[in-house]
Amino acid sequence: MAPRLSLKGVEKTFPSRAGTVHALADINLSLDDGEFVSVVGASGCGKSTLLRIVAGLEPASGGELVLDNAPLLGPGKDRGMVFQQYTLYPWLSAQDNVEFGLRHLPKKQRADVARRFLDVVGLVDFARSYPFQLSGGMQQRVAIARALALKPSILLMDEPFGALDAQTRSLMQELLLSIWERDRLSVLFVTHDIDEAIFLADRICVLATKPGRVRELIDVPLPRPRDFSQQMGRDFLQLKQHVRGLIHDEAARNTGFGSVLR
Amino acid sequence: MSLGTPSPPGALTAVVGAPRGPLLARRRLRLYEPIKRRTYWTLAVASLCTVFAVWAALSYNGAVENLFLPTPTQVWQAAVTESSTGILWPDIGASVLRIVLGFAISSVVAIPVGLLMGAYKVFEAGLEPPIDFMRYTPAVAFIPLTLIWFGTTTTQKLVILFIAIFFQEVLLVMDNVKNVPVPFVDMAYTLGLSPAQVLRRVVFRAALPGIVDTLRISMGWGWTYLVVVELVGATNGLGFQIEQAERYLNTPEIILGIIVIGILGLIFDFSFKAIYAQAFPYMSRRGR
Repeated sequence: MAPRLSLKGVEKTFPSRAGTVHALADINLSLDDGEFVSVVGASGCGKSTLLRIVAGLEPASGGELVLDNAPLLGPGKDRGMVFQQYTLYPWLSAQDNVEFGLRHLPKKQRADVARRFLDVVGLVDFARSYPFQLSGGMQQRVAIARALALKPSILLMDEPFGALDAQTRSLMQELLLSIWERDRLSVLFVTHDIDEAIFLADRICVLATKPGRVRELIDVPLPRPRDFSQQMGRDFLQLKQHVRGLIHDEAARNTGFGSVLR
Repeated sequence: MSLGTPSPPGALTAVVGAPRGPLLARRRLRLYEPIKRRTYWTLAVASLCTVFAVWAALSYNGAVENLFLPTPTQVWQAAVTESSTGILWPDIGASVLRIVLGFAISSVVAIPVGLLMGAYKVFEAGLEPPIDFMRYTPAVAFIPLTLIWFGTTTTQKLVILFIAIFFQEVLLVMDNVKNVPVPFVDMAYTLGLSPAQVLRRVVFRAALPGIVDTLRISMGWGWTYLVVVELVGATNGLGFQIEQAERYLNTPEIILGIIVIGILGLIFDFSFKAIYAQAFPYMSRRGR
């Protein structure tokens, strides 16, 4: 079966005063239907750029992106996006925010779909609330509902829980997993949090820096459904140690810390 | 956690040796601290009363000669005469009509142009230099030229008001549009909106609170230039009325004209603020 999403030799360069900067070089990655892939890497490795390219928000400088057997050319609602920043529109209620992307549906159906997905994230009672009346975690839940409501082929998440406190973040991870278990979505999830990457994913794509490239693709053999307590298990910790090792050297080398920390 | 919680009483004041009452320590001003509605209005009225009191004190006891500074009573009498003989209302009407028209024409052009300049760099590059040039040329300098072109017509007044308001307003609208958070725009694209839809339904909508504030400020400039334009070559309006009063050294009428303009300005300003508070409840600080 053809993969849901495949990236072949994707590159990203941009001009700067010091010459051409290679942000991403020869990225090869494919994602099967219903697969959850985390992308981790040191800061500046281009992981967010990679996600933005898949989202169609930035053009790739080279290579080929294919989603559901069709080349990706620009942004579209076949890819549901959740950003790290709070992107709910402040002038719309939670309900209207979810409905915002559903203009193609008749009004009645739009409202039903929005309610259904607010229910999925447990916020149906807050449908009439405005973003400023919701906590950060609740806002991100609405943002997830908004992305899911479009029935995307793939969910793209750019550090969606990065601005949340540790407890909320952990609960959000479990919520996302429970949704994933139920619907078997295909998810491409960018994070710098290694625990998060391992806990959620079927596979982890570790990026190396300068230029950003795939350093290693690692299968996560932890059984599903997963729960919080697995994060203290031996398999988990071994995997974490391995990924941390890959990223740590990279980060130290690229940020000038290498010469200070010996 | 919240910024509004009271600090331990007297902790700092004791160190610096200020009065130590717990009441004083609690009442220290805090940055951005909300105040009670009643406190707000008390202060607002008190400040206006102070201005009035100084005026009364200087004029009633003759500290300043009444020809230069008439008493509140004299101004009140001028108001009664002017409104009962019916010469005040047409002047107010003429001025309000001019300002509303001048402001409306400027805004109708400034909002779409500012939107394009803020959203598209090509429009910014193409339009900002000439607009900046016009912005720095004093609008008053165009009065003689416009009088030659249009005579003492309403058109001439509106042209001056347009020059005075538009070139400032359009740049502020541009900034309002530039301040729209980029993730709002990215998000809209991923939700399948076309660029035109993003511009209208996200960029414009997100900039709207700022734009309403810009309108309020622009209206303020309008009042300044309206009076200037009516002082020179007008046949009615509040500025004309002030200029007429000056010819006869009728200071009560001059002061009356100034007060009426001030009050009208306040009314417009409060209206905009009320619209803002009503339309954009999510913009208030800490989202109350």
